[in-house]
Amino acid sequence: MKNDNAHFSEMHTSDGGPRRPYVGYDAWFAKQNNERFAKKSQEAEAFFRRTGITFNVYGQHDAEERLIPFDLVPRIISSREWTKLSKGIEQRIRALNAFLHDIYNRQEILRAGVIPIDLIAQNDAFLPEMMDFSPPGNIYTHIVGTDIVRTGEDDFFVLEDNVRTPSGVSYMLENRETMLQMFPELFSTIPVQPVSDYPKNLRRSLEASSPRGCTGRPCVAILTPGIHNSAYYEHSFLADQMGVELVEGHDLQVVDGHIAMRTTKGYKTIDVLYRRVDDEYLDPLTFNPGSMLGVPGIMDVYRAGNITIANAPGTGVADDKAVYSYIPDIIKFYTGEPAILKNVETFRCSESKSLQYVLDNLADLVVKEVHGSGGYGMLVGPAASKQELSDFAGKLRARPGNYIAQPTLSLSTVPIFTDSGLAPRHVDLRPFALVSPNGVNITSGGLTRVALKEGSLVVNSSQGGGTKDTWVLED
Amino acid sequence: MLGKTAGGLYWMFRSLERAENTARLIEAGFRIALTRSTTAEAEWQSVISTLAAQQAYEAICEGYDSAQVVNFLLREPSNPSSVLSIIKSARDNARLVRTALTTEVWCAVNETWMLFTDLLKDEIPQTELPAVLATIRQQSGLVRGALHGTMLRNDIYDFCRLGTFVERMDNTARIIDVKYYSLLPAPSFVGSRLDNVQWETILRSVSAHRSFRWAVEEDFTAPAIAEFLILDRRMPRSLAFSAGQIVNSLSHMAEDYGSRQASHDMADALRARLVNPDIHSIFEEGLHQFVNGVINSTACLAQQIEIDYRFKG
Repeated sequence: MKNDNAHFSEMHTSDGGPRRPYVGYDAWFAKQNNERFAKKSQEAEAFFRRTGITFNVYGQHDAEERLIPFDLVPRIISSREWTKLSKGIEQRIRALNAFLHDIYNRQEILRAGVIPIDLIAQNDAFLPEMMDFSPPGNIYTHIVGTDIVRTGEDDFFVLEDNVRTPSGVSYMLENRETMLQMFPELFSTIPVQPVSDYPKNLRRSLEASSPRGCTGRPCVAILTPGIHNSAYYEHSFLADQMGVELVEGHDLQVVDGHIAMRTTKGYKTIDVLYRRVDDEYLDPLTFNPGSMLGVPGIMDVYRAGNITIANAPGTGVADDKAVYSYIPDIIKFYTGEPAILKNVETFRCSESKSLQYVLDNLADLVVKEVHGSGGYGMLVGPAASKQELSDFAGKLRARPGNYIAQPTLSLSTVPIFTDSGLAPRHVDLRPFALVSPNGVNITSGGLTRVALKEGSLVVNSSQGGGTKDTWVLED
Repeated sequence: MLGKTAGGLYWMFRSLERAENTARLIEAGFRIALTRSTTAEAEWQSVISTLAAQQAYEAICEGYDSAQVVNFLLREPSNPSSVLSIIKSARDNARLVRTALTTEVWCAVNETWMLFTDLLKDEIPQTELPAVLATIRQQSGLVRGALHGTMLRNDIYDFCRLGTFVERMDNTARIIDVKYYSLLPAPSFVGSRLDNVQWETILRSVSAHRSFRWAVEEDFTAPAIAEFLILDRRMPRSLAFSAGQIVNSLSHMAEDYGSRQASHDMADALRARLVNPDIHSIFEEGLHQFVNGVINSTACLAQQIEIDYRFKG
């Protein structure tokens, strides 16, 4: 396959040969025939459907549950590349936890003037209820899914830190499981690092984060908003894989100063709650009073040190897109080291000079809402019509502080399998990290999202993206 | 186990049992509609009342024409007991309790839902009906097989079984209740062999028109059929059999949890009523009253199980 040179192809060099990590796979693929591959592709889809590996799309009645398309060509990362990535991620996560602890306690970073006070004071994700409180081990974000993009041989950028409730890890695990079933022969010849320990490590990590007063083996549970949530499959999958209960708000209540779940034998105390419910809905007594998803009084139990909530409430203050632009400074401030992984250049539209630049160059930039996620509410300049550009310029002028802008990155490509053979598509990468008082554990692998439409840069599953198995090779 | 999970398992299996029973009632009704068109309307009417769906039916339909009734029972979205609605609810419950199910059971339920959503997408032409009904029974067997073959015999299994047999008990009792008059030992109903259409449909409604012949040496008489449906412990859809299974599941749980609950005593009492009498003493008490009593006791038992095992907060 020829490389178009405009984007970095992870599989092929400019002369069409395989790059080193792909040598083994390329040789294997050359011996495959298209028909067998197409059939495998259908088998994979049927498997996903039967197993119910689906996600729900909000606001779409007909397609209540959809599959995320799965591409059979793996994304392969060498062990050298991975070492650098995981070091960079670990550094970032340590800095983010230190930042959160500082923000909710002494606020030294504000006093030192490294970041503007407004960034915190005006931030909806900042929770005053978290002030002067330290969770076990000073860990706020236990489960992280850092979004990374690549533009060249050695050019990796962090796009988002996702320290609230990142999802997608079930796809990392199921994609690998599917590949093992479809192509067992590949794994006997190519040394791929396993990802299957994730659920075990997650449980260990959560148990290690249990409250100080907890005796015996900590009781862990996952809190889900329920079967209509878009990530419900993942919630039940993780509960099942860890062997812990999957609870909803109405299964829980405060009993003797602890959070307890209603079982067939009576109430049982929970020590660590891995919650997949947003801050706002966590406790109707403290936050949104109309919430049916949370547990009334859980914040009091939390502050009394009788339960660990993972991730901690208020972590969102570390991952909005305005704070993102300061992460290199934040890393320097808490670790004394320069950031190992680069940030994408980011223009804060709240600053008048930047705003002017963004307005002048709108057609070349990607503009995002500061608090947005999932690819909603963003403008991809190069793909937008004149009308869309001028509409968006209006929004920018009206509320500049609500937006940041970034250059359109030339995302790397990995081939997907199409009816006419391999074809390059843009990808990103979300590795998953676990944090406990025992340290940071990053699974060697992750979720590769791929834009299935030719030329498209949007990889979000809610916007028609697919996924790939992600291989990290052994040395 | 979470109380919610226990409730989800219980209702999942009530729903699956109900879908299967509905399919069986349609099958029996359809057979009459084909062979004795004059009595078809009355038969469909009694099918609807057996399923306690009269109100819902009359709210949107007029008359008891076969195609209309079948459509209502299989596909009507506003009918919470249509096979389609009920399979959806079984599958929702299965998703809710996904962590308590083996992959085999989950996949069987999920596949069933996918299959029915597709199968019942459009109205079913008469020529296709037998095949569709057969598929419903087949899928139901698939789920049951996965349950028996792969699930641990613990409280999870017990709640599944409780749901199945509470529903079955209720269903068989309703079938008898709606047609009790044809089972009275009155001279006017003594037909020769299976001439009595009512007897045949009753037996078909519980898939017992052949097993009756094998199990009971007597000729077809009203008391013999009534006895078979109510008291015969070999017959897997009889009241006595269902009560026995409920008592078994509850006593496993009493052992497992180390404590008896109010529902256990209620179940024992219900079974006692179905073990001791002979059919003639039931006729003396009044068949209608007796069956009605069973329906009410089953409903009370079902409520008590929900309370004893904290299905709801």
